[in-house]
Amino acid sequence: MSVLVYIEPREGKFNKSAFELISYGYTIADATKSKLHVLVAGEASREAVAELGHYGASEIRHLNKTQHLDDSVSSNMVAGLAEIINAGIIIMPHNLTGRAIAPRLAVKLKAGYASAVIGIPVSYEPFTVIKKAFSGKSITKQVVKTSVKIVTLSQNTFGVIENVVQPVIEDFNFTETSHSIEVLSTDVQTGKVLLTEAEIIVSGGRGMRGPENWKPLEDLAEVLGAATACSRPVSDEGWRPHHEHVGQTGKVVAPTLYFALGISGAIQHLAGINSSKVIVAVNKDPEAPIFSAADYGVVGDLQIILPRMTEVFRKYKSGI
Amino acid sequence: MNIIVCISNVPDTTTRIKYKPGNKDVDYTGVQWIINPWDELALTRAIELKEAGTVKKITVITVAKADAEPTIRKALASGADEAIRVDASPVDAWNTALNLAEALKNEQFDLVICGVESSDYNNWSVGGMLAEMLRIPSVSAVTSLQIENSKPIITREVDGGRQQVSIKLPGLLIVQKGIAIVPRIPSMRGIMSARTKPLKVVTGVSGESLIEIVDYEAPPQKSSCKIIDSENLEMLAELLHTEARVI
Ligand SMILES: Cc1cc2nc3c(=O)[nH]c(=O)nc-3n(C[C@H](O)[C@H](O)[C@H](O)COP(=O)(O)OP(=O)(O)OC[C@H]3O[C@@H](n4cnc5c(N)ncnc54)[C@H](O)[C@@H]3O)c2cc1C
Repeated sequence: MSVLVYIEPREGKFNKSAFELISYGYTIADATKSKLHVLVAGEASREAVAELGHYGASEIRHLNKTQHLDDSVSSNMVAGLAEIINAGIIIMPHNLTGRAIAPRLAVKLKAGYASAVIGIPVSYEPFTVIKKAFSGKSITKQVVKTSVKIVTLSQNTFGVIENVVQPVIEDFNFTETSHSIEVLSTDVQTGKVLLTEAEIIVSGGRGMRGPENWKPLEDLAEVLGAATACSRPVSDEGWRPHHEHVGQTGKVVAPTLYFALGISGAIQHLAGINSSKVIVAVNKDPEAPIFSAADYGVVGDLQIILPRMTEVFRKYKSGI
Repeated sequence: MNIIVCISNVPDTTTRIKYKPGNKDVDYTGVQWIINPWDELALTRAIELKEAGTVKKITVITVAKADAEPTIRKALASGADEAIRVDASPVDAWNTALNLAEALKNEQFDLVICGVESSDYNNWSVGGMLAEMLRIPSVSAVTSLQIENSKPIITREVDGGRQQVSIKLPGLLIVQKGIAIVPRIPSMRGIMSARTKPLKVVTGVSGESLIEIVDYEAPPQKSSCKIIDSENLEMLAELLHTEARVI
């Protein structure tokens, strides 16, 4: 039996969540006395790939080209490798790629698939993982009953652990040809902090009063190196793009620090942010439900507080 | 073009979740049921396309026992033409997909649409599993769908941006918000006509599951919120640094 971790570089590099996934795979392989295999799918330099060795990736296969076009084809590729190395546990990130490929892969291998798993399995026999349900309102223990198991890991729920090994890197060849999906255009921004990977998020609600008031929020985000987000009505109104919508029906985020600015704290919004480590709320209404979910709160008018807050953090960051 | 929309019958998003003694099952007494929010958006888009004349028939399908029929009728009242209920209590995502796949093998369709997740178990699984079982192509994280000359033009979210793709039919789309914004609410006329629209009940397949939930518990309570004086925001920065250690 072996453990297979699937990761993709972004813009030629690996981020913290890739290192977390390798650390996670290493820990599970160690606990189950299995060998860890890593499949890297995407363009990256040899040096970047070799860095994965810091976290325990000893055996790496590298498909050095950007792909992921057709989920059926990509899942075929992973299934093929899983069979060759006799993978008993397959670990993928819970990002858009993992979410797209893992369910198809699960059917191909008739493997039980537990998505958005939190941290390390609580037991290996039977294989039992922790996972949220009802959009964060419940924590469940789930047993994966099949001999092959697939999990996607919720980011920031395990952490990065160093385990320095000397990796063996092998080229992996796979030519993706799709007869069923045709790409018409691609529009990807580079150098952007992804909302789902951000350490700090500055998010605005209807209390921001209108799209023309977003500049101060963006200023705060810039000072903190944060990604920006919003509540549902804000994106419904078109004040901000849909991909910034956080909550029950939008993105689920898990940053270390989340600023909820002019957000009332409806249960559906909290569903998207309840995995944040620390929440700071600013609201003019001291009774707003967001304060029961927040760790730190400021009561007052954002028009005044937000620019002040930005200045405070700017000074703080420059060490004055 | 014929579209199938898969719908999940879920507790209203404001429901307080309670458990039966032993914490192995959810206690659903008193719960209000709704169409899973993403499925509702999928259905809304299908209705818009039908109104635009590019879609001929919309069928909604759900795997559930008879108590889900109000939710199915609501989908019909909103504008679906027909409904199929696969008579089974789904035991996990794989089992749900299997029940859908078996039922859909006997149907004529060009496009199947599923929501990205169901708001009860948040698995992000059924759509992709169903596509694989039906051996048809799928596109995930879809945020818009147009139909031009019988060809679907799809926008999907990719990490850091978006991509426009087309897919060979029959195919399956796994959709999120953006596909539609405001869900369609049934009109009085819709509610009247829903009563006579066809609702077919088909027998489900095995109750085999690959995953089993063995325990539920409430998430840990947050400790209380520290209120910072708005005249002393330096304190906030200080606490975030020294106490919370997040900046
Ligand atoms: C099925 C379903 C799914 C949903 N999914 C989501 C979801 O995914 N995400 C989501 O966010 N919502 C979702 N909602 C909507 C949710 O119920 C709330 O309506 C929404 O979150 C409220 O957004 P808000 O906090 O920005 O606005 P509001 O509730 O209007 O709150 C605005 C807040 O700003 C404060 N404020 C106003 N002016 C100022 C000022 N000058 N300074 C400081 N504070 C000020 C007010 O006190 C208030 O608390 C969903 C609802 C349903 C029914």
